[in-house]
Amino acid sequence: MDDVEAIAALRDPVRRRLYEYVAVQDHEVSRNEAAEALGLQRTLAAFHLDKLAEAGLLETAGRRLTGRSGPGAGRPAKLYRRASGERTVSLPPRDYRTAAELLAEAAEEAELDERLQRAARRRGRELGREAGPVGGLDEAEALLARRGYEPVREEGGVLRMRNCPFHVLSERFPPLVCGMNLAMLEGLFEEVPDLAPRMDPRPGWCCTVLADSKNNET
Amino acid sequence: MSDFHLAQFNVARLRAPLHGPEMADFMALRDPLNALADGAPGFVWRPVSPVDGADEWPYGPDVLINYSVWESRDALWEYAYRSGHLEAMRRRREWFERVAEVYQVLWWIPAGHRPSAEECVERLELLRREGPGPLAFAFRDTYTPADALAAATAA
Repeated sequence: MDDVEAIAALRDPVRRRLYEYVAVQDHEVSRNEAAEALGLQRTLAAFHLDKLAEAGLLETAGRRLTGRSGPGAGRPAKLYRRASGERTVSLPPRDYRTAAELLAEAAEEAELDERLQRAARRRGRELGREAGPVGGLDEAEALLARRGYEPVREEGGVLRMRNCPFHVLSERFPPLVCGMNLAMLEGLFEEVPDLAPRMDPRPGWCCTVLADSKNNET
Repeated sequence: MSDFHLAQFNVARLRAPLHGPEMADFMALRDPLNALADGAPGFVWRPVSPVDGADEWPYGPDVLINYSVWESRDALWEYAYRSGHLEAMRRRREWFERVAEVYQVLWWIPAGHRPSAEECVERLELLRREGPGPLAFAFRDTYTPADALAAATAA
C-alpha cells in the first residue's frame, strides 16, 4: 500500500485513536486491551486494528497470553504494535531525507560536529522562544510531545523519549546526529532552571533524557 | 551460537599527550567505558593492559589503537552507539584529530580466536587499500561470515 493510502487509513477517528493508543504503549497490545482502553466493543476494535495492520501502520504477532501451549491452550491472541517503517507524504514531492543524509555525510567527513551543535543550540533557543516559557516538567513533557519525542515519565523526575525524530540519520551518523539532538534540546530548555537534557542512550529509545534536578521523589 | 565472532579495530590520532591535562577527561572515561564494554551484551574479548598487546603503538606514539571482539555486528553497534559510550563518541573531536583515512575496520574471525595488533593493522590496511570487502569492512557495509569464508577460500 502506498504512503497516501496508508495515511488515509487514519481518517476514521476511532481508527486514529486506536493507532495513537498502540503507538505509545511499551508492549504489544491485544484486541481486548485496546477495546477496554478506548471503551469500544471488542469486535469494532478488532476490525479497525486489522484495517491498520492491512494499511501497514501496525504490525501483528500471535502469542498465547496464558503462557500455555499445545492442544487446549486456545488460539493465540493477536497482538499489535506500531510498524517500524516510516510514512511520509509531501505534496508537491520533496526529498529532504536524501538531502539530510548527504549533508550529514559531508558534515561527518569534514568533522563539523561542533559547528552543527552550535547551530542546533541556536535553533533550540528559537524554538523555545516560540513555545513560550516552560514552568516545569509537565510543560516540558507537553512541548517534547508536540515535537514528536513521545516522552515517558520515569521515577525521579526524568523524561525518557520513546521516539527519535531523527531516527534514520541517528542510526547512520550516531555521534554527529545524537550530539546535534542533545544540543538542540539544551537550547530549548536553556531558560528553564532545574531542567537539563543529557545523554543516556538505550537500545530502541532516543539517546537523550530530560532530568529535573529538583525532583528527587521516587 | 555462531562459529564466528566480529573483530573490531580502530585508530585515533591524539590531540595532546595521553597523560597531559588536555586528555584528562578522556582518561577518566576510559576505565568506566572498558568496564561497560566488559559487561555489555555480546561482548567477547578485549586486550587488557599490561598484557595481550594492549599497550602497542603500531602507528606511532600519537596514534591510540583499540580493538575488541564481539558476538555480532549489532552487539558491537549497540555498545558503541546506544550505551554510555556514545557520550564519549560525541566528544571525540575534543581529544582526537581529524584523520583523513579510514580509521576503523571490522572483520569476521573464528570464535575463540584472539587477534593480535599486527593482524588488526593488516585488516585496516586492507580496507584502506582495497575498500570494503568481505575480509575487511565498515559498519555501513556489513558482510556475513559466509561472505568472508567464501572470499578466504577463493583467495
